[in-house]
Amino acid sequence: MKKIFVCTALVLALAGSAFGAPFKLGGTAPLTGGAAIYGMAARNGAQIAVDEINAAGGDITFELRYEDDTHDAEKAVNAYNALKDWGMQVSLGSVTSKPCEATAAENFADRIFALTPSASSAAVTEGKDNVFQMCFVDPNQGSASAQYIAEKKLATKVAVIWKNDDVYSKGIRDTFIEKAPTLGLEIVSDMTFADGNDTDFSVQLTDAQTKGAELVFLPMYYQPASLILAQAQGMGYAPKWFGVDGMDGILTMEGFDKSLAEGVMLLTPFNADSTDPKTVAFVAEYKKRFNEVPNQFAADGYDCVYAFKQALENAKANPDQDADEICPLLIEQFTTMVFNGVTGENVRWSANGEVTKDPKGMVIQNGAYVGLD
Amino acid sequence: MRRLINLKRVEARRIYLTYFVVIAAYVICQTMSSTKMMSSSMRGMLVPICAYMVMAVSLNLVVGISGELSLGHAGFMSVGAFSGVATAILLQNLLPFAPVRLAIAMISGAVFAALAGFLIGIPVLRLKGDYLAIVTLAFGEIIKSILNNFYLGVDSAGLHFSMLSDTTRLLPGGQLIIRGPMGISRIMKIATFPAGFILVMIALAIVFNLVNSRFGRGFMAIRDDRIAAESIGLDVTKFKLTAFVMSAALAGAAGCLFSLNYSTIVANKFDFNTSILILVFVVLGGQGNMLGSIIAAAALTILPEKLREFSDYRMLLYAVILIMTMLITNNDNIKAFFQNILPGSKAKFQKEESDA
Amino acid sequence: MVFLNFFISGISLGSIYAIIALGYTMVYGIAKMLNFAHGDVIMVGAYVCFYAVARYELPPVLGVLIAMLLCTFLGIIVERLAYKPLRQAPSLAVLITAIGVSYFLQNAALLLWSSNPKVFPSIIGRGAYKLFDGALSVSHVTVLTIVTCLLIMIVLSLFINKTRLGKAMRACSEDKSAAQLMGINVNATISLTFAIGSGLAAVAGALLCSAYPTLMPTTGSLPGIKAFTAAVFGGIGSIPGAFLGGLMLGVIEIFAKAYISSQLSDAVVFAVLIIVLLVKPAGLLGKQVTEKV
Repeated sequence: MKKIFVCTALVLALAGSAFGAPFKLGGTAPLTGGAAIYGMAARNGAQIAVDEINAAGGDITFELRYEDDTHDAEKAVNAYNALKDWGMQVSLGSVTSKPCEATAAENFADRIFALTPSASSAAVTEGKDNVFQMCFVDPNQGSASAQYIAEKKLATKVAVIWKNDDVYSKGIRDTFIEKAPTLGLEIVSDMTFADGNDTDFSVQLTDAQTKGAELVFLPMYYQPASLILAQAQGMGYAPKWFGVDGMDGILTMEGFDKSLAEGVMLLTPFNADSTDPKTVAFVAEYKKRFNEVPNQFAADGYDCVYAFKQALENAKANPDQDADEICPLLIEQFTTMVFNGVTGENVRWSANGEVTKDPKGMVIQNGAYVGLD
Repeated sequence: MRRLINLKRVEARRIYLTYFVVIAAYVICQTMSSTKMMSSSMRGMLVPICAYMVMAVSLNLVVGISGELSLGHAGFMSVGAFSGVATAILLQNLLPFAPVRLAIAMISGAVFAALAGFLIGIPVLRLKGDYLAIVTLAFGEIIKSILNNFYLGVDSAGLHFSMLSDTTRLLPGGQLIIRGPMGISRIMKIATFPAGFILVMIALAIVFNLVNSRFGRGFMAIRDDRIAAESIGLDVTKFKLTAFVMSAALAGAAGCLFSLNYSTIVANKFDFNTSILILVFVVLGGQGNMLGSIIAAAALTILPEKLREFSDYRMLLYAVILIMTMLITNNDNIKAFFQNILPGSKAKFQKEESDA
Repeated sequence: MVFLNFFISGISLGSIYAIIALGYTMVYGIAKMLNFAHGDVIMVGAYVCFYAVARYELPPVLGVLIAMLLCTFLGIIVERLAYKPLRQAPSLAVLITAIGVSYFLQNAALLLWSSNPKVFPSIIGRGAYKLFDGALSVSHVTVLTIVTCLLIMIVLSLFINKTRLGKAMRACSEDKSAAQLMGINVNATISLTFAIGSGLAAVAGALLCSAYPTLMPTTGSLPGIKAFTAAVFGGIGSIPGAFLGGLMLGVIEIFAKAYISSQLSDAVVFAVLIIVLLVKPAGLLGKQVTEKV
């Protein structure tokens, strides 16, 4: 029986590749330079999904191509144009926010549907009916964090340390600062850093400490956050720490002393230690292929491809159609469908492209994530 | 006396050759682009290439003609970009005709950048050599840092500025144009290739006229021997400042053109690496050689795109090609070879050798 | 007390700038070349040290020695392939080549070691000396960095002033063609300078990452630019100048963050640099060269 099953699967796989040509799926990402870590992860995640889908051999198959944008709007548009020359039918936008704002404008003008895994600024989807996000939009994360801290009564005096030249960090911080006072939180310290001085945080931490902050909010990626945690321990400052989805990945940094992150709370849609079978399978495959634990970017990339598969299937799109024919079909699907992936269950999209899914409150205990609720 | 006339003729020939190459390239690209013979990838690069050409020509005025090493040229590009784009957004409703709006935006970018160039030039030009280089780098970083903390909004009551955080308190219906580290978003893309071509021609005309005037001879004199030039009564600072301000203004216009080709800009785009990139164009094209700068700007912008097929090895290869080009163009044997087959270039190489 | 704590943070940061600046200034002093790839050699040194200590579990001292050895070797190869053929070329051509080398090293590191940040195991531990009942704390890394800086300064000064090779270096720095006429092998001397500079870079890399422990392919580039600024600040080419410039830059940066604005601290640092250079155009301890007519 099993043999027959394998045989049919094989035949189906062959048939799939013989009849339906693959959809050309393209995206731009920083694959070189300082932001390469995010781009590489998103690409790897998407590649795993594409390989799984193609191996399963359904009606929908993909050919994936990622081009390097070095985290720069100009290069992203170049990369996007190269993908257009290749014949891209559906687009994964760009991985980082500013480049994605530039490519999203091109997507809109060319009528190529885009679902970005991780470009989270509000300007990415604003005013564009065919650009969607897989990740939370920054302002939502800021207000969700403030709400969570207030509701769970984690603290009343809060300090914020954020990255001044980063759209992501600034976007979250702005709504957090706006929202917090209305919920009874007091912002006692609001300090920044930038690319050129992201090594020493003693000033920011001292400010938070002397002003009596009970909780420090860190809207940033995990790499500077790891330095902040280490330096705070060095000065003997132990407030509650609260992070956002960019903080995910801190536990998997090679050589990171996990005890530093003990008690750190974060809102993240993805948790690599989850026991959900989909996540377990994805994490195992990722570890096998890339020798690393996937972070949130990889999971977003993975989910994007599956969301595309579901939408294309439902819309009965076929790969001979041009990008501008597929675009209205996908807009219709994405505004109506419900998607279940590794970054969330019951994921829906609003007409303006923003995603609604439940952020999970996580706390790090004994070097692993534990659900807070 | 005869040598002088000959030299002049060679100079003139080089100038006409430069104009000719630019015009021919424009005609070819424009035809290919409008007949759809050109790939989207190339079409998308036409405007940035024009902007980089102007950047290279303007930096060459400082580095090649005036002989000062500037590592902060992207700072002026940035000033021009932000002021020009802000102007374009403010005029959006007043001037529906895009080409006029683009022209005014570029002029505004040039004026603001020239102002920055003037303010920075006064202290900077008192220094020499590598110290001047580091101070221009410092100013580039300062401009970046300030623009990352600058907010500009407009509402019915007029313009509002603020630093560090957004305290503009716009009236309802107002629009925050520059949003600190988030830069400017939702820019209407009005930059066009013909406009880029015109800007390149204007930049060339300005630079050539400056070089081949009494002013230009003053520049050369100062570059070749500052003390001798001073002793015959040339006002060194005035000459240098003129070149510096001119160069800043052109960079500002180029920055504006560049930014109006994308829907978003941030100050971080115009960092030290961009300054270095422009410097690479100038050095590769030859100091003082405008045609060289233009060709180098185009070639080095297209090169990384053509290397895409090597995927992950792309930037590694780019680095290798950059190093190899520097080694080859500075190899005496190869130089001598080109000298023999290209008669017109003789004067140029002789000049370069005397520089070294 | 808060003021003193900031001062100590400034010194810690500054000591890192200082040790990187030493390498910059030495190469500039002898070879008259701005080696923009120095920051990336530091990154390579840090990676080698990371693999030796974290993966192969060698003792830290051995790890640093291996890193020094490999970086010296790397410095010699880079010098031979990329800089030596340009000895007669204009200085700008060499500058651009150095930038090419910097791109090359960063991208090679990206391919070799991936973009994922690694947390560097401190070569000395994360402890700190507590003073005044713990009101002030000075981390072990800071003390080690300053001691290493001083040691390197003394050894370098002795080497340059007392040995025959050092004499040859000074001669090359003063006047290359005259040195050649005196029978000094200018080429070999400059190559030696690069070898020493790259070896120092490995030590700087290990200390940089012990103090601020995330390691990525771009780790060296921004501290590299800051350290270059520090070297100019102190007077480029002057070894004590690099040390002083580094420490001052660190302190100014921290104070600017604490007392002016954390957003504009970089602008303040560079503004101070500009003012210093306007008052003392050759930096704090630089030699003022008078022009001969």
